[in-house]
Formats: sequence, structure tokens, C-alpha cells
Amino acid sequence: MPDAPAGITRDEVAHLARLARLAVSDDELDVFAGQLDVILGAVARVQQVAAADIPPTSHAVPLTNVLRPDVLRPCLDRDEVLAAAPAAEDGRFRVPRILDEEV
Amino acid sequence: MSELTRLTGAELARAIADGQTSAVEVTQAHLDRIAAVDDRLHAYLHVDTEGALAAARAVDAADGPKGPLAGVPLALKDVIVTRGVPTTVGSKILEGWIPPYDATVTRKLKAAGIVILGKTNMDEFAMGSSTENSAYGPSHNPWELDRIPGGSSGGSAAAVAAFTAPLGIGTDTGGSIRQPAAVTGLVGHKPTYGGVSRYGLVAFSSSLDQAGPFARTVLDAALLHEAMAGHDPCDSTSIDAPVPPVVAAARQGAGGDLTGLRVAVVKELSGEGYEPGVEAATRDALARLEKLGATVHEVSCPSFAYALPAYYLIAPSECSSNLARFDSVRYGLRVGDDGVRSLEEVMSLTREAGFGAEVKRRIILGTYALSSGYYDAYYGQAQKVRTLIGRDFAAAFEHADVLVSPSTPTVAFPIGERANDPLAMYAADLCTLPASLAGVPAISVPSGLSEGLPVGLQVMAPALADDRCYRVAAALEADHGHPLTQEAPAL
Amino acid sequence: MTTALSTEDAAGIAERYDPVIGLETHVELGTASKMFCGCPTTFGAEPNTQVCPVCLGLPGALPVANAAAIESTIRIGLALHCDIASWCRFARKNYFYPDMPKDFQISQYDEPLCTDGYLDVLVEGKTFRVEIERVHLEEDTGKTLHVGGATGRIHGADHSLVDYNRAGIPLVEIVTRPVFGTGALAPAVGRAYVTELREVLRGLGVSDVRMEQGSLRCDVNLSLSPAGSGVLGTRSETKNVNSLRSVERAIRFEMGRQAQRLDAGERIVQETRHFHEDTGVTTPGRSKEEATDYRYFPEPDLVPLAPDADWVERLRATLPELPAQRRVRLAAELGATDFELESMANAGVLELVAATAAAGAPAAEARNWWLGYLAQKANEAAVEAADLAITPAQVARVIALVEDGTLSTGLARQAVDGVLETGADVDAVVAERGLVRVSDVDALGAAVDAAIAAQPDVAAKIRGGKVAAAGALVGAVMKATRGQADAATVRELILQKLS
Ligand SMILES: [Mg+2]
Ligand SMILES: [Zn+2]
Repeated sequence: MPDAPAGITRDEVAHLARLARLAVSDDELDVFAGQLDVILGAVARVQQVAAADIPPTSHAVPLTNVLRPDVLRPCLDRDEVLAAAPAAEDGRFRVPRILDEEV
Repeated sequence: MSELTRLTGAELARAIADGQTSAVEVTQAHLDRIAAVDDRLHAYLHVDTEGALAAARAVDAADGPKGPLAGVPLALKDVIVTRGVPTTVGSKILEGWIPPYDATVTRKLKAAGIVILGKTNMDEFAMGSSTENSAYGPSHNPWELDRIPGGSSGGSAAAVAAFTAPLGIGTDTGGSIRQPAAVTGLVGHKPTYGGVSRYGLVAFSSSLDQAGPFARTVLDAALLHEAMAGHDPCDSTSIDAPVPPVVAAARQGAGGDLTGLRVAVVKELSGEGYEPGVEAATRDALARLEKLGATVHEVSCPSFAYALPAYYLIAPSECSSNLARFDSVRYGLRVGDDGVRSLEEVMSLTREAGFGAEVKRRIILGTYALSSGYYDAYYGQAQKVRTLIGRDFAAAFEHADVLVSPSTPTVAFPIGERANDPLAMYAADLCTLPASLAGVPAISVPSGLSEGLPVGLQVMAPALADDRCYRVAAALEADHGHPLTQEAPAL
Repeated sequence: MTTALSTEDAAGIAERYDPVIGLETHVELGTASKMFCGCPTTFGAEPNTQVCPVCLGLPGALPVANAAAIESTIRIGLALHCDIASWCRFARKNYFYPDMPKDFQISQYDEPLCTDGYLDVLVEGKTFRVEIERVHLEEDTGKTLHVGGATGRIHGADHSLVDYNRAGIPLVEIVTRPVFGTGALAPAVGRAYVTELREVLRGLGVSDVRMEQGSLRCDVNLSLSPAGSGVLGTRSETKNVNSLRSVERAIRFEMGRQAQRLDAGERIVQETRHFHEDTGVTTPGRSKEEATDYRYFPEPDLVPLAPDADWVERLRATLPELPAQRRVRLAAELGATDFELESMANAGVLELVAATAAAGAPAAEARNWWLGYLAQKANEAAVEAADLAITPAQVARVIALVEDGTLSTGLARQAVDGVLETGADVDAVVAERGLVRVSDVDALGAAVDAAIAAQPDVAAKIRGGKVAAAGALVGAVMKATRGQADAATVRELILQKLS
């Protein structure tokens, strides 16, 4: 069982914010870094319990094999859908240019 | 205020069915009450006057037998999507979004002839315990306007406690129904996870979110529970089993006889951090339970001490993924699209501008807990704690029919008091988190006042035994003599 | 930077380096509805007309898994000799991209539905066992159109347009283990694997496997290690290799590119590269170093899958005969050698030969016709042999007529031509064109006399004992009788008359 990392640095928070697509300001970074460090300190207690032999619980209800038959259901009206979009063109959602490295 | 707004949902439905009043009259009375007092409460984000009156007219026009809540108005938390009616989830990022579909809960309410008055205020994306995290400003507690009405479902709680609606719907991820119910003197129930469909409930933490009822009486809560619950093929986690007989249980409990009921008090949910007034009200409630024939003993659930850390890893982790879709592409806010910036920049600017501080904090925390290298130490461990908490419940229920604790460690705190102290804010959910993590049902029922402010008792039962919660709550309510909200100061 | 195309062939490279290939194939299942919602999966519909709250990722929408997609995936796993998990979960793969409505993809991570299988492929008489590491189920993404800038390229585009019709279509990912020991055959083995996989999937009827429509898509991994060293080299992952031919070309190109770099003492960067159908070249994309952390975790909106033995066995019972089994059986029935088997398979005539044999023709004859004259005809018409306007039954009839002496080989070919031209039946063509071989002496006598009269000098030679010269007269008679005369009889007659 790995131990809790020492704490969370401002740089780590900046990296996480980038990962999460949040353009946080420098002031925000300072505040978040401090608060997250405190919060992480508190939640790191989960590592005091629960040894290897304890199975994780990902679902509160013990269900399996919940499936739907392969049948069609009505779709949404395209005009209604695109009306809610920030920008649309030729029946499609319009977005700004996409950065290369995303490919 | 009109007498109609003092009546319970059950009473209103009967009066409408008997023709003593009409759904339109009842709806108008509540719309008037909203117009009169909501500027002080800010319980509603959107009042759907036209839609409500149209729904009421439809109920009045329909002939044949009416449902047990037909024509009764309701305040709907803004996290439940409503076709054609704005749904913001208390966030700027969804400002102005008009959903093209109805949540399953919304459909069921409409089918039951329940009149949706409007959408209520909430902590942004249901993250909070005070509604102070709403992007549209906080709601106020009708008992003392400068105090919080609880959260995240504070708007619905404030609306029902202030008689602007007899019924309300909230969602509970870590206590967001039970804690507001407790601090506003209402009955609020978090159903068994999977008991109420999540389809159309804007996700915060998928493995924890459950919608449930607010009402001023246990019977009303039970009637609403039956109207909104049941299996839904559109929700893979929805349980395919009959809805527990909660209405029958509420009626039975109202008889005031709990003979033979085994009640266990959770040792870990008391002591340090719990207000004396809250502990006193809890002791009083336990005494009354014994008076009603129940046996009371103490039980220890050691893992409950880890519920808070586990919750604050699981919920943020899931929300960091659930909230990724708010990316300025398909709906909602878009910021900084100047024709030069890349999509990635626009996405980041939009999310930065569209999310509030608490939401961003949790997204970052969750992103951290899920990232490779930390997953096992945080998310993985939290999932194991979840197993342990489930085991503690199972063990406790071997010797008890229900577990009880205070619903919250304190009464409603003043607005602003914990705004800048996340951990202090998180502590408001101390008592409610275990049931959320285990997916078991839990109700908050008024247990008295502490310095003039409501205190709630939490009653937890095994999965799918929601009826036990209602039976015990109804017995306590009957013993108290009247709904606690009758003692609330008129606005 | 783009690498100049290496002109060295695979054989040459294989002398210095051992190529190691790996293939990741994505297959769109042919279910009626999408993976997690009831939207149709029809190809080529108007953009954003096959979307709903679920596949658009609208707030509040929830996924429910398509039973048919689960069963198709299990059947694929069984056909590839995989173990089927008795319990597994879907996972969320988190990364931001506009063609992914939820900004995470519902996929499977450490608990795939099927694991540890294999697929045998036959190349140049050698069988290569391609080990399957995993087969898992996920959802497809939408389609992004890049507007402005270089044609359709993301680079330099002014903005992009997204269509979510494809988003949420069930996608099966089939991942091989590294394939060693293919040497110079690496490109051919890669192609043969995808070809064979496509046959398996087609046989299962789980997908239309149309590479040109993207319902079968390939990523090709390749690395080179110094010959005999056994040290794994750094691999490149080449994306959108979307035709069988491209699989071969992409592997060949990467072999050349990597060999060049290694020869020059440079190192290979682990990176994603893109194959360009037009030029046959791969160019670099995002290098793995800066790849995002996907933050996989179990999908909380879907409950675990737990296929029990009964379910799996019921599905196993629905498996058709697999191409490999079928080939082995047919080879036995046709008494074909591995080499003959491979040549028939590669020419795409194995089924035709089998059907012709089944219609009563000797296997060898059937094989000769389909690999010979008919293959040549198909070539001339630039169609698959299977698409020729002649049925195995008709071919069998032609063969029968040759066997019973009714037709000579030349006449048989004329009969085949007739069938191909008119679509009429063999016997009809034979009758109509009077394709009967004439062996009756009186009938031939006149023609023979005429031939002798026409070439007195040749006749003289024969009389003088130069029997070989008879050929010229035989040819003349055959010509005069439009090939219908029986050459042997004619020769006899000539020799009689001139002795
Ligand atoms: Mg994949
Ligand atoms: Zn859909």
C-alpha cells in the first residue's frame, strides 16, 4: 500500500488544472494549493485502514448484467439540439481550431 | 397568507379531489406566496408560472379518480432536468440551457398530476451544505433569514419550510437532503441507492447521487416518495424491485406504537463537534422512542470515522469526470472564442469562468485522486473504506432494525461563517455520509429545537427497507403532536 | 519532417533487423442501435440526426449497455479462442476531445471481456500464430470536419465541425501481442492477419467490416531489433491504416524508415504516426512522452458484466465454421496440398473450387479451371473470380463434357466463353454454337482430302516417310472444321491416305 505523497505543490495543482481544462489565475492557484494541501492531509487518512484483503466497492448496489435489448428509440430533433449549441454550422457543432497535439 | 398554503399535500389533494378547491386555486395560492416572500428567501431560481397553471388546469380538467397528490404543487431542485424549462444546476456554465428532455423523476411527477412550480436554488452542481456555492446567490433559512437553509438542496428546503410549496424534491449525495431538512424543520428522505431513477439528474457523484422528497409531514414525504420511486430501464443502477411500502409504513407509524422495534444509536456519530442542543434533542428523541415501545442500545461502527475522507475522495473523483462534458462544445457557456484562440484555450477559459471555486477545487482534487500513481493510495483506498462501512452497517443491522444519529452536528449556521473554510463546511455532512457511501436509506425527521432552531434525527435502515425509516419518523412526529414547521416564524 | 521513402525491400532489412509487429483493430459492430442508447447506427445519415441525450452526453443522461453488442463481443472472443471474463467492468477513459460527447470514453481497462486468444494465418506455406492479448468493448467517437487551411487536415484549419452520429456506436478493440519471427514476411503477415480477421468477423455476421467506411480500422505497431539480438526495439504506432493494402504498405514503410534511422545510429522515438494512403508515407503525431493521463476508473453508471457459463456456451453454439477450420476441411476434401490451398485461398477461389467439386467435377480439374482459364478471364475483366457470370455447377458441367469426350479442351473454353458472354446454360451454348467434336471418318474424309490437295508438297514429304509433317495438314483440317474435328482421328486418316 503506497503512502500518501508528502503534500500537493503549487506546480502540481497547476498541472492538474491544465489536465482538467481550467485556466486558473495565479491568485487562485495560491489559494487552491493551500486549501488542497489541507484537504489532502485530511483525506489521506483513508490510507490508515483497509488492507489489501479488502475488496473495493465501486457500486453501492450489487447488480450485474443490466442490459437493454438492441432496439431503436426516437432521436432528438437536430434543430432543437443545435439551437442549444454555442455555435453551429451546416448541421454540425462548430468549434474553434483544434490544437495539433490532440490528434 | 392563504390557508391553502398551510395545508399538507395529502390534505390539498383530498380537497381538490372533493371539489372543495381546485388545482388552479391551490397553485395560484402558492405562486402568490412565492411572489410575496421569495425575494427574502431566494429559494427559487426559476418560477414556471405558465407551466404550473397549465399543469393545474389539466388536473382540474381530467375526470375520473385522481392520484393521491394530483394537483399538489412542488418545488423541484434545479439539478433535475425539465424539458423546455431552464435547468442551471446552480451554475453559470449552464445558464440559459433549455433541456430537450425530461428526467424520469420529472416524467413521474407529471404523470402523478403533481404541479411543478419552478426550479429551486442549490449549491453549484450540488457541491456544498449551505447553498452559498450557488452561482446565483445563497438561499435563506425561513427560521432565521441570515442563516443557511442547508445544502445542497437548500432551495427546495427553504421553499417547503416557508410554505411556498407543500412538497419539494432534493438530491442527496452526502447529505444534501437530510441536512437541509434537519436545519429547516422538515422531513427529508434519501432513498436506497437505486430506488429512484437518476436518469435526468445532472450527475455530481454517480455512485452516490439519489433524489428524494422534502415535506412538512412524514406522510407527505412518503406519498411523494411513492410517486417518484420505482425501477427505470434508463438507469442501469436502478433496482428492479417493488417500491418499499413507505406510505403504509407512515400511516402505521402515526399510530405511535413501536413495540419490539430495535433501535441502535451510532456511537461514532456523537461527542466532540456536536452542539449540546443537538445532543439534547437527540437524547430526548431516544427517550420518546423508548416511550413508544422501542428498545434502544448503542452500537459502534468504527469505519464511520473514515466516511468523510472516503467521501471527499470518491465524490470529487467522480465529479471530475462527470463535469468534463461542460466543455463549451454542445451546450452551455462558451468564453473567449475570438476566432484566434484554440478550442483547448476556449475550453479552459470557459470552464474557468463557468465553474465556481468549490467546483474547481473538487475537480482538481478528483483529477489528482484518479491520476496514475495516486489512484491506489486515494481512490482505491476510499473504495475499500466504502466496503468497510458497508460491513459496519451489516453488522449493526444484525442486532438492530434501524440505526439513529443526529442528522447534523449543529443547527443552521450563519451565512458566510464557513464560506472560506472547506473542511468546516464538509463537517456539516459528518452524520449523513455513512448511509450515502453504503447506499442505504436514511430519513431526517424533526427532533425539536435548539435555541429556536430546528434539529433533525437521522434514522437509517438496511437497503430497500426505506419503510422502516418512515415508520419510525411517523411515530416521532405523532408523538410531537404537529409538524415542527407550524412553529416556524411567519415571514 | 518526413522521411524519404526507403527503397530497400523488406528482405534486405530483415537481414539486419528482426521486425516485430503488433496490430490494434477497431471494429464497429453492426447492431441496430448504439452501444448505450437507442439511436440507429446507419452509415451516411445527415449529420447529428442520429443523436439523443445519451450519445450527445447531455447533462443527466445515463448509459445502458446493448445486449446484442455484449453478445457479439463474446462471440468474437470465442471465435478468436479467447477466455471470456466471468466478471468485468466498463471503465471511463478520461480525456478532452470535442468528438467525445462526455469528454470521457466508456471503454474497458484492466478488465476486458475477452483475453488470451489467437488467430493463425497462412503466408507462403507457413502458418503464423498471432496471439490475441485482449478483445474489449467501447464506444466510438463522433466525426470532426476541419474547415479552412490545408484540405481537411487539422493542421492550420480555421475551425472544426462535429457530427455525433457515429458517437456511441459499439466498437470492439482487438489487440494482438507482439508478433515475432515474421522476418521479411512481416508486411504480408500483417496483411494476412487483418484479412483473416475480417473473414472471421464476416463469418460471425457481427459487422459489415467495411474498411473504406471505417467499420474496420487498423493501428499498426512496428519495432525493429538487431537480427538475432532478441532485444525489443522502440515501437511506433501508426494510426488510420484503413485498407488491407495499406496495412502491408505501412509496415513496409515503417521497416524502411526505422532501418534507415537505426543504420544512421539514430534512436526511434516511441510515437503515434499517421499513414497517408495517397503517398504511402507515415508522419509523426503526438509522441507518447506528452500523452495525457487517462485517469481510468470503473464506470459508476454501468453495473458489472458477469457472463455465466450457460450464456457463454449458448453463444459458443452459435459460432459458424471458422475460415481456418473450413480451409482445412476443404483442403482434405479436395486433396489439396498446403501450397495449392494457399494459392486457391489467395486467389479467392477456394469456395468456388469446392462448390465445383461438390457439383461432381474432379477436384484437380476444378482447381485447374478456376486457377487457370477462369482466373485469366477474371483478370481480363478485372473482377473477382467469384463475380464471373458462371456458376460452379456450370463449370462442373463443362468439365463433365470434356471428361465424356463430347468437348475438346478448346471447345470447352469456347463453351465457357459462351456462358460468360450470354449467361445461357452450358448445354444451350454447346448446341447453339454447334460445339461438337466430329470423329466420324466419312464426315472428315472430305476435309482431309481437301487439305492434302491444298498442300501437295507436305503430302509428298509424308509419303516420303516424314510423318512429323502431318501436323501441318492436321492443323489445316482442324481450322476447316472450326476446331470440332478430333485431332487424333484426323491424323490417323491422313497417315492412312498417304501410306
Ligand atoms: Mg480503443
Ligand atoms: Zn443516442
